[in-house]
Amino acid sequence: MRDWMKMAGIRSSEITDETVFRQRRHLIQAAAAAGITGAIASEAHAKSNPLGMPVKKSDYTVDGELTSEETATTYNNFYELGTDKGDPVKNAKFLKTEPWSVTIDGECDAPGTYTLEDILKPHDIEERVYRLRCVEAWSMVIPWNGFALGDLLKRFKPNSNAKYVAFETVSDQKLPGMRSRVLDWPYREGLRIDEAMHPLAFMAIGMYGNVIPNQNGAPMRLVVPWKYGFKSIKSIVRISFTDELPATSWNMSAPHEYGFFSNVNPEVSHPRWSQAKERKLTGSAGGLSALFASKTETFYLNGYADEVGSLYADMDLKKFF
Amino acid sequence: MGSSARWTWVSWLKIVVFLLLCAPAVAMVVAVVSGRAGPNPIEFLTHETGEMGLRMLMLGLMLTPMRWWFKSTVPIRFRRMIGLFAFFYVIMHFAIYTVLDQQLDIASITEDLFKRTYIIAGFVSLVLLVPLAITSTKAMMRRLGKRWLSLHKLVYVASIAAVLHYIWLAKGDQIEPLVYAAILAVLLGMRLWRKFRRG
Ligand code: HEM
Repeated sequence: MRDWMKMAGIRSSEITDETVFRQRRHLIQAAAAAGITGAIASEAHAKSNPLGMPVKKSDYTVDGELTSEETATTYNNFYELGTDKGDPVKNAKFLKTEPWSVTIDGECDAPGTYTLEDILKPHDIEERVYRLRCVEAWSMVIPWNGFALGDLLKRFKPNSNAKYVAFETVSDQKLPGMRSRVLDWPYREGLRIDEAMHPLAFMAIGMYGNVIPNQNGAPMRLVVPWKYGFKSIKSIVRISFTDELPATSWNMSAPHEYGFFSNVNPEVSHPRWSQAKERKLTGSAGGLSALFASKTETFYLNGYADEVGSLYADMDLKKFF
Repeated sequence: MGSSARWTWVSWLKIVVFLLLCAPAVAMVVAVVSGRAGPNPIEFLTHETGEMGLRMLMLGLMLTPMRWWFKSTVPIRFRRMIGLFAFFYVIMHFAIYTVLDQQLDIASITEDLFKRTYIIAGFVSLVLLVPLAITSTKAMMRRLGKRWLSLHKLVYVASIAAVLHYIWLAKGDQIEPLVYAAILAVLLGMRLWRKFRRG
């Protein structure tokens, strides 16, 4: 039943196009308001570069085949828009991202409610190609557009009590998946402050050079590439600096299955499946051949151990999973 | 078609039901080949076949209550076909898991089978369905006589194990597995109720 659309042959792209289009327009306006692009954000330019901002390439890139944009934008976990992977793209239109504001509170000297324009204003947009490893043992390689999370957080002047950062997904809209209590809404995530300030932690507003589609967490989402995907919270409306470990949604739902850290770790299996291997979803192996693509080894910290390994140097990762 | 081999409306209905129950399998193949199953067709097939297996078990368990309701034995004549469809979808489900998902990694499969409760429940269900499929023929029914009915009561256990499998594998608090649990509770409850009422 859940897959009736697939069975009926309805292509998800038919549905996304309009939403994405409206999204792009919005972000272009936001960018224009922020004065980043000035005259660049004209209608003409909007077509060639829908993100409407100059995107500079960064050194953050990985080997291996990029996941196709279609795959990364049609196969999503975003439970507010439904539990099936195909649901978010179908229900994307229910998420309204205009206007958007983010509340900053807790242990910091510059709390307040900021419009998306205010949030984006000072940041240069760069592209980073990151591996994404889902806790469900599949993975993708995605070019994100955004800025370092730490650069954003520093602007709010966290004080010395700020030991953690908590994030919340939008929950005041009647999103179709929120009718069921799969999780205790709002969706919540969190990082230790040193994790959040690490240069690898990223805030994305675009992907593949386009404004991030709703199903991928518009208008602004976290990307923490060394942790399981669910840590990279989508459609953020609140950022709180706390001195205590914040409650996080999957941990609240099943504490023995999902820890606060949730670092990618092939040695620590999920109680219900092994994390030793992953299925790479590129989208290029179509039809029958996708059935026989072999799985690949999963790496500690998703292959980012050189960068972030020191954050966990003296921790028992079996205990703090 | 019965030993008298009469061609009745039930025979036609059997053909229709047979085709209807094949359709989901055909749809799955078409969805995968055409790419409409999405970028993770193995997950798609695991879910679709698992769900069809469970639906077939539930449908099979509805036949006896239908017999009471309609005061007719016609529903019972669909029992073997629906039971074998359940077995077919479950075998496909298991084959997809072992061959495509686990890629015959024996170490990983045994780890699953010993460590993971939801897999154990699924396996119990599958194993219980094997003797039922083997003894589903007319000849076996005759040979086993009364014991055939007792043996086939195992389908209750297999169904309970299958529903537990689904409840335990679902992430978060999902409703779907609980809906199946409720349907199964009603179907088994009706049997108990009838038994106790009759003494
Ligand atoms: C050894 C036997 C079995 C194994 C190894 C097995 C394995 C699996 C796996 C790996 C999944 C997917 C889990 C996930 O996505 O997290 C699954 C889902 C499922 N299985 Fe099984 N299974 C077995 C037997 C059965 C049987 C006998 C039935 C029912 C008659 C069944 C019904 C289901 C259902 C309904 C689902 C969920 C489908 C969905 O999410 O829509 N399974 N099974």
